Amino acid sequence: MRQVLDDPMDAGAELKAELERRRRALAEVEEALRQWEASAADTPQREDSDFSTVSGREIRPVYTPLDRQAFDYTRDLGMPGEYPFTRGPYATMYRTRLWTKRLFSGFATAEETNERYKFLLARGQTGLSVAFDFPTLMGYDSDDPLCEGEVGKCGVAISSLADMETLFDGIPLDKVSVSMTINGPAIMLYCFLLVAAEKQGVGSDQVRGTIQNDILKEYMAQHAWIFPPRPALKVITDIFEWSSSHAPLFNTISISGYHIREAGATAVQELAYTLKNGFTYVEEGIRRGLDVDEFAPRLSFFWDVHNDFFEEVAKFRAGRRIWARHMKEIYGAQRPESWRLRTHAQTAGVTLTAQQPHNNIVRVAYQALAAVLGGTQSLHTNAMDETLALPTEAAVRIALRTQQILAFETGIPNTIDPLAGSYFVETLTDEMERDAEAIFSEIDELGGVVEGIENGYFQARIASAASRFQKEVETGRQTIVGVNEFLEDDEAEIEILRIDESAGESQRERLAKLRDERDQAAVDASLEKLGAAASNDQNLMPPMLDAVRAYATLGEIRSTLVNVYGRFKEPVAF
Amino acid sequence: MNDKKIRVLVAKPGLDGHDRGAKVIAAALRDAGMEVIYTGLHQTPEKIAATALQEDVDVVALSVLSGAHMTLFPRVVDLLQESGMTDVLVTGGGIIPAEDAETLQAKGVGRLFGPGTATTDAVEYIRAWFTDRGVGRSTE
Repeated sequence: MRQVLDDPMDAGAELKAELERRRRALAEVEEALRQWEASAADTPQREDSDFSTVSGREIRPVYTPLDRQAFDYTRDLGMPGEYPFTRGPYATMYRTRLWTKRLFSGFATAEETNERYKFLLARGQTGLSVAFDFPTLMGYDSDDPLCEGEVGKCGVAISSLADMETLFDGIPLDKVSVSMTINGPAIMLYCFLLVAAEKQGVGSDQVRGTIQNDILKEYMAQHAWIFPPRPALKVITDIFEWSSSHAPLFNTISISGYHIREAGATAVQELAYTLKNGFTYVEEGIRRGLDVDEFAPRLSFFWDVHNDFFEEVAKFRAGRRIWARHMKEIYGAQRPESWRLRTHAQTAGVTLTAQQPHNNIVRVAYQALAAVLGGTQSLHTNAMDETLALPTEAAVRIALRTQQILAFETGIPNTIDPLAGSYFVETLTDEMERDAEAIFSEIDELGGVVEGIENGYFQARIASAASRFQKEVETGRQTIVGVNEFLEDDEAEIEILRIDESAGESQRERLAKLRDERDQAAVDASLEKLGAAASNDQNLMPPMLDAVRAYATLGEIRSTLVNVYGRFKEPVAF
Repeated sequence: MNDKKIRVLVAKPGLDGHDRGAKVIAAALRDAGMEVIYTGLHQTPEKIAATALQEDVDVVALSVLSGAHMTLFPRVVDLLQESGMTDVLVTGGGIIPAEDAETLQAKGVGRLFGPGTATTDAVEYIRAWFTDRGVGRSTE
């Protein structure tokens, strides 16, 4: 609008004229839309699509200024790096710093994975992301009989500080940030990492990285849990409390939608369940008596990037706005750092197909583009062969190069939030926010996230969305190239990575040696102190660090805590 | 029809927590008229064989995405044999390379289904297995 005029009479007339001009402009659009709809109604539409997103959200053929009448730039978007952060968590985004190219990897033993890390760092990867095997994810030692056949298969086996030292041998932990996908036993692996850094001469205040540490989504989706939800939340709050003064550069949690989505949830379920989990952690911290502005700036997020391009971009944008609004208005956070949602993203593994696997390179590239247009801070791009096995080096290289092409050849990072102002994308962003708020209310009515987990609400919702999607694929409502359309009789076979059984054997030997060489009395004493701290409801970080320094193993620490906290039993439904 | 309904145990052996496929298959087999029991996660082969015996199932369908299929499938087959359940179909799915599937089939495992399988294929395979053997089982 024009500047205020000196004469109030003139100003009033001016305002009236301006309003009249706007009203007329909208009326013109309304008339044009009506005519367009009338003519479009006579034009046949394709029958191979119902024009909805992969999550079942209906998409209209055209969006206009009529959809944006209530839009308020400052309230709804703001500048990048400013409340409510819809346009991005940082003011200058990729013009200052490109997203971190962080590929999740790990397999077999610490020694072999250490070599893969050095390979990736030498090729321009800028951060590490550790994939652990199932025994480690569940908190078992590699030599536990329950783990037979699984050691080193889906990730690297880490059973003690000794393995962690090998994993980062020759990798300076004050220079390279390390993200660890670990949840049930997150506190154990975090302590392994901190002590491994300590042995390199790097203090906990210099270590940069992230632990996933998001147990709520484990109960909902990924299922690598140990304790029941309430003690698990207590341990997570211990980590927040200790780290706010001892490890200020470390992201103590990565609140993850990825696994919820991969398990079958829709885009808006992913958005709402994840943010609601985040609010639950914030409430736990506040209940402990922590100042929200002390720990909230270290919370980070992790989104899935699925196939429906614009819905994914809108999800990233809506997520930032919802988080900012709740943190400021509901939880009373004062610092902008507490309002700002920073996120990692990974292209959706579930969209990769075993059929015509080279097509996956293209899927991943589109998904990576959506993540970048959504303003991600770091990105994992899947390798084309990941529905078949862990990826080969050749496949990983293409995945990394996909990000480098996006970063350096397309011009995409030059401008911040380039889809802002699009009638469609802004409307979709608003719809996602509104739908997420409705899901928050539904969860509140159940009594909260923990109650929803205990009675199987989330698990049932996710399973039913997964079944619905599968039916849509089988009835042809969802086209998947190479799976239910455009099939090839003669598919090119690709080379896959094979992990042999030797990792299990060498881990058993390493552990036997460790148990033989360490000071057993010191291990026993440290575990006893840890158990006592758990029983007395004290912060577990200091006694856990001591147990790790004494080379107590993952499984020993797990057993000590299970004796106090018990185990989680899932409600089974399908 | 007097034939007994096909009873299927859908099971997740090992520590692998990926149960999307197991649940989708369990629901699809149920919708196709079979009686389905789902074990839940983190089952040992011993526990699975015991449940199969106790529930008197005709089919054990294992879902393995952890890469441990070469250990877990033969173990379940052996344990079922040891408990005298010699006429049970052991089938399943997951991330299982074709070469490994062939090796497992030679050890008495049935067909293994990979990513992108239509649930109707699994339903038809199970039905046909009974028809081919002249075993009276229905899904009505």
